[in-house]
Amino acid sequence: MPDAIQSRDIEDQVDEFEVAVPSPPELMKRRAKSHRGFIIGGSVVIFFLLVAVFAPVLAPFDPYDQDLTRRLIPPVWDAAKGTWEHPFGTDALGRDYLTRLMYGAQISLMIGFFAAAVSAIVGSCIGMIGGYFGGRIDNFVMYLINVKLALPGLLVALSLVSVFGGSILALILILSFLFWDRYAVVTRSVTQQIRVNDYITAAQALGTSRTRIIISEVLPNVMNQIIVIASLEMAVAIIVEAALSFLGLGVQPPTPSWGLLLSEGRSYMFFMPYLINFPGLAIFFLVISINMMGDGIRDITAPEGRN
Amino acid sequence: MAKFLLHRLYIAILVAITVSVIAFGLLRLSGDLAAELAGEDASEEEIALTAKQYGLDRPLYIQYFDWAGGALTGDLGRSLFTNEPVVEMIFERIGVTVKLALYAIFVSLVVAIPLGVMASVRPNTLIDRFSLGIAVFGQAIPNFYFALLLILLFGVKLRWLPISGNDSFAHFILPAFTLGLGAMPQFMRLTRSGMLDVLDSDFIRTARAKGLNPRRVLFKHALRNAVLPIVSLMAVVLGFLLGGTVIIESIFALNGVGFLAFESIMRQDFPVVQSIVFILSLSYIVLTLLSDLINAQLDPRIRLG
Repeated sequence: MPDAIQSRDIEDQVDEFEVAVPSPPELMKRRAKSHRGFIIGGSVVIFFLLVAVFAPVLAPFDPYDQDLTRRLIPPVWDAAKGTWEHPFGTDALGRDYLTRLMYGAQISLMIGFFAAAVSAIVGSCIGMIGGYFGGRIDNFVMYLINVKLALPGLLVALSLVSVFGGSILALILILSFLFWDRYAVVTRSVTQQIRVNDYITAAQALGTSRTRIIISEVLPNVMNQIIVIASLEMAVAIIVEAALSFLGLGVQPPTPSWGLLLSEGRSYMFFMPYLINFPGLAIFFLVISINMMGDGIRDITAPEGRN
Repeated sequence: MAKFLLHRLYIAILVAITVSVIAFGLLRLSGDLAAELAGEDASEEEIALTAKQYGLDRPLYIQYFDWAGGALTGDLGRSLFTNEPVVEMIFERIGVTVKLALYAIFVSLVVAIPLGVMASVRPNTLIDRFSLGIAVFGQAIPNFYFALLLILLFGVKLRWLPISGNDSFAHFILPAFTLGLGAMPQFMRLTRSGMLDVLDSDFIRTARAKGLNPRRVLFKHALRNAVLPIVSLMAVVLGFLLGGTVIIESIFALNGVGFLAFESIMRQDFPVVQSIVFILSLSYIVLTLLSDLINAQLDPRIRLG
């Protein structure tokens, strides 16, 4: 009965077709799996994260242990003086460089992550409030953003660090102050666009409080953008922390921050270039992989928004 | 147009006043400036005397109005360390910083616009990937590390260029290149996306259909329309660079405003710091105001809308 077989085939195909329509989360997963930048960037970020978390276990030495008899030993590939005991060499005080770099990852990731998170919370609140309420409140929000943009951020940050000191908490808060404006600008304009949608009107008609509308109706719709900005700002925060520490106004010695390592290595860079290359490349690779991951998140969550 | 102008001006003035208050307050957050100025083991009388000498015993708002009133007449006070007038200190050095920022913008535009245009004409090809790669690199490399690499390569190994000081044009090449690399990705992305939008529009299709020279269509018709956002970004970046030269100036020993600010922050010379922060903010405000005006002039939709 060829006819019957044929019709069953078609039914099978129809079934398959229906099964094949993926749900949005499934679609996202597929896009994530096939996004090369996201996978490479994400893996490198995870690698740095693991190194940072397990530094106390993995690192061969104590990051603060000085040994002046073992000063400035070059990395292991230096045929004459390199040794496997210090694969990345030692610094001017005889501290193991690999160990200090590993602990440096802790500082960079911690400051970068929390600076991005705190500024995300502050900036998004400001932006959503301005975008949702409009009118005078929005004018005030715009005014705040304009003031922030006009201030020379790096100088303000340097002044604040000089006043409040370079503790990690102080650095996180000061850096958050530098980065909240982009969240505010983006969430504000997105909120303005979605404010007019029916589901917002419906929530208003039901008598939902304004705080609740912002949290449960607006926030989920701007969350994607917030995460994308946060990943990119985290990368910038890591660079700025390194810059502040490089200038001597960030993390204080002997804490191993990559920026500080760079500035300590600077006096020896003509003869011992590895002292600046290791921390410089560490910052570069961490930042580039965070950026790749962030771009990936943007493509995966909102592929229509890329260009 | 007049209404638009007035509104922008009103906001600009409001922002400028706020910024002056913030600049004034920055180093005063540390609490007892007089104690710090008097030195570590100063007695209480000495501290009181220092406070009186610098006028720090007066209420804060009087100190603010004193400084702001002076600022309006071009008097920003004197440095606590050199006792020079702050205005003179800044004007001696601002030339170096402005030069550096302008060269940096020039470097980034010269690279970014051609790359952006080429990338937009052939999206998703090798040239597009290549320019994207440069942008990604420029965004991820910390400029102080890049500066050190340039010093090692061009200053020490090849000995082509000077690595410190600001005596000649050659002294500005490495710093401008370092600073320009950081600004370039934004310009490139903006050129590319702007061009992609414009190239897709009807009037470009018409121009091509008329059989006009493709290069003419690209540069005369398309780029001209894509250039608008670049002009506003230029003002923003210039303002940003003026305040962002601290690191580069200190690495290349350029005696500019950024370096002065850094030194003054290190020694808590608050009259200098507050004045620099204020002047840089003011220049940013004026630059964005100008770019708004230029944009309104170029694009009637903005000034009438």
